[in-house]
Amino acid sequence: MIVKRRGCEDAADFMKTSIRIAAGQGFWGDLLDAPVRQVEDGPIDYLMLDYLAEVTMSIMQKQRTRDPSAGYARDFIPLMRQILPTCLERNIRVTANAGGVNVSGCAAAVQDVARDLGLARRFRIGIVTGDDIMSRLDELLSRGIELRNMDTGEPLSTVREQIQSANAYLGAWPMVAALDQSAQVVITGRATDTGLTLAPMIHEFGWAADDWDRLAAGTIAGHIIECGAQASGGNCQYEWSTIPNLAHVGFPIAEASPDGTFVITKHEGSGGRINIPSIKEQLVYEMGDPHEYITPDCVADFTTIRLEHDGNDRVRGSGIQGRPATEFLKVSISYSAGFKAVGTLVYAWPEAYEKAKAADRILRERLDRLGLRFDQVLTEYVGVNATHGALAGPPPDDQPEVQLRVGVRGEDRKAVERFTKEIAPLILTGPPGVTGFAGGRPKVEEIVAYWPALIPKEEITPQVQVFDA
Amino acid sequence: MKIQLTKLAHARSGDKGDTANVGLIALREEFYPILAREVTAERVKKHFSGICHGQVERFELPNLGALNFLLHQSLGGGGTLSLMTDAQGKTFSTALLRMTVDISDDEAKTVGL
Repeated sequence: MIVKRRGCEDAADFMKTSIRIAAGQGFWGDLLDAPVRQVEDGPIDYLMLDYLAEVTMSIMQKQRTRDPSAGYARDFIPLMRQILPTCLERNIRVTANAGGVNVSGCAAAVQDVARDLGLARRFRIGIVTGDDIMSRLDELLSRGIELRNMDTGEPLSTVREQIQSANAYLGAWPMVAALDQSAQVVITGRATDTGLTLAPMIHEFGWAADDWDRLAAGTIAGHIIECGAQASGGNCQYEWSTIPNLAHVGFPIAEASPDGTFVITKHEGSGGRINIPSIKEQLVYEMGDPHEYITPDCVADFTTIRLEHDGNDRVRGSGIQGRPATEFLKVSISYSAGFKAVGTLVYAWPEAYEKAKAADRILRERLDRLGLRFDQVLTEYVGVNATHGALAGPPPDDQPEVQLRVGVRGEDRKAVERFTKEIAPLILTGPPGVTGFAGGRPKVEEIVAYWPALIPKEEITPQVQVFDA
Repeated sequence: MKIQLTKLAHARSGDKGDTANVGLIALREEFYPILAREVTAERVKKHFSGICHGQVERFELPNLGALNFLLHQSLGGGGTLSLMTDAQGKTFSTALLRMTVDISDDEAKTVGL
């Protein structure tokens, strides 16, 4: 896609020497207070919010089927109510993929908030659409665009009837166009997490669409902060027990410079820790081939980054090289894939593990006798092998307790439902020393599975609209 | 001497579909050559036998003193299809750190172990 740069007409006359882009959410369901802390506890220029996990779109699609005004990240609206006045006062701009499958509905809800707060027409909202290809699937398939599963190679036609949502990942450029048109709040549907961070840099520094090294640098900065506190001391193995004040952990901020270097830091006085080991741990998180981290905007090479200590809770990244973007966009498709349920019971000392194993044998025999067939039945013993499998070795003889955890998966909802009714009876009809069933019967879950595919870029035309709130 | 990877590295792991990735990072720069030499894709595949049912790929990041491993077919189908407690492969990191490697006493001394 070609986007004409409109310059930074809404920015100061001179280019800023650095901008601070703050991460507010590592995933949908992250600390609700984190974006508020980012806005209020120190200087930032941008707040980026990532709301979309791989199968989130299908949940939103279902919500919208029931209620045409729904289908976006609802948490975003009360958050905007809380932070909008401060964002306007300090000119903090927001990039968020909160729009889900109803970007304009999300923007309308933000407009309502603005009206309530007496801020209507005080700022502009930008929306990015064009990612949703659900209604175009048959047409695409008929033209030979097979949307094969990137992992398994299967053509999409094998699950055509079960598809619930289909969206292309858009990159930074449509968001740049919205920022160039003075949008204070940019709302997208399916957009890459890294694009939410890269777009402000392109907008502020006027980077060209083929400035691959700088685009790669902004992309890697985005990768570092997109999982929130996982870059600033959360889930950090390195000297974990010495990481201070995680109760008030500061989310990461990328302080970006026009030359493509950046410093990862956090607000002064916040908890957590940013040092070279904490940044390295996040750099390798969910990494594939480090030579080619592919986004719609560029291909970034993680083997080129240099990290340096730059003072307390500050790590500098530089030297990053990138290559031209590919001719494809990734597509995220979700489809119904049957049902599953997981039941658990806890067995106490003595012989906890032996009792749990006996209960599993009894349960399986009963499922067999009932003639229930599943695609998969998985038994794990929490306290023995649920995380490291056989690598953990045999449990000690005096194991205080073991949790039996049995999961089933299959196409037949009735069979899965019947399974959920076979767990509780084990308490009175199985091995002794058992407890832990206060939660009642396990829930049957509909499985919405993820189908990653590629689509030629020319098939997707992002739309950008910017209007007064 | 035999030494467990917990003494040489820290790690973080995650998922991409049915593939787990484990990033293994040297605790000190001097340890990276040991990791690069000893922690081969073959050894990792053997270490995770019964867990990883597919190929193991290895990538080197000398700039970070790190190795990245992709363990294919390891997450019970991956994502929402998986019935595993650790469907996202979050604990594969420490599972890898259970591995022990054999290094000469001389080398151990040189790198300060």
